[in-house]
Amino acid sequence: MSITQFLFYFLTVLALFSAVMVVVSKNPVHSVLWLIAVFFAISGHYILLNAQFLAIVNLIVYAGAIMVLFLFVIMLMNLNASTEPQKNNWLKLAGVIAGGCFLMVLVSLVKQANELNNIAVTMGTGEIGLIKNLGKALFNDFVVPFEISSVLFLSAMVGAVVIGKKA
Amino acid sequence: MPIQYYIYLCLALFSIGIVGVLTRRNAIIVFMCIELMLNAVNLLLVAFSKVHNTAALAGDKTSMIGIEAQLFVFFIMVVAAAEVSVGLAIIVMMYRNVHSVDINFLNRLKN
Repeated sequence: MSITQFLFYFLTVLALFSAVMVVVSKNPVHSVLWLIAVFFAISGHYILLNAQFLAIVNLIVYAGAIMVLFLFVIMLMNLNASTEPQKNNWLKLAGVIAGGCFLMVLVSLVKQANELNNIAVTMGTGEIGLIKNLGKALFNDFVVPFEISSVLFLSAMVGAVVIGKKA
Repeated sequence: MPIQYYIYLCLALFSIGIVGVLTRRNAIIVFMCIELMLNAVNLLLVAFSKVHNTAALAGDKTSMIGIEAQLFVFFIMVVAAAEVSVGLAIIVMMYRNVHSVDINFLNRLKN
């Protein structure tokens, strides 16, 4: 087994285990920490796929900014395991069965798709993930969506302030 | 690495997110599971971009095919950041009014 294959399996197991722990943790702070582990694993996958810029942005934006925001809100509310409202066990079972059925249907779909059989992801080649090439494409072909996203950010900021203000 | 492995990984992450949304009642954890689903989709987009780029590189050494998917992921991250700021503001407002983050309180929007 080559080193990239080993890294792929290691990151996959880490991502799946951490994702399960996000859902089953009783304490919301532990959930946030496990979600940060998921984001690190996904960033590792991006690096294996030669998307270096996205890996760094994923770490800075998700693990750095968004999860700190989550932690602040959780600590502001002083939530802990005892205040967590419990759902009926039958409803939990129904949710797990529904998610499992969804997964089963899509996995069987992918298994039957012969078009996907000879497609392999080769790692360690290609330069589209470099910041130079992404920047050229972003500021030539995608200028309008880029500017629109800045307006979206401004409106989200105004909206968050208006909602968060004591009415 | 066959592309199916990446598809299975992303499907599993997405399904875990769905199960979390369906089974938890804490609004913040429901929100975090939505982030998990967004990230599963992002990973799948990057994997397919890699596949198309590798196929194009066989003919043209400097091909940039597949870069659109990575920019799409970039824009998904932008929208997710905006969504999180507004969503957390709504959760804080809800906590201030009912002193709980139980999503069952959200089924009575009036009052």
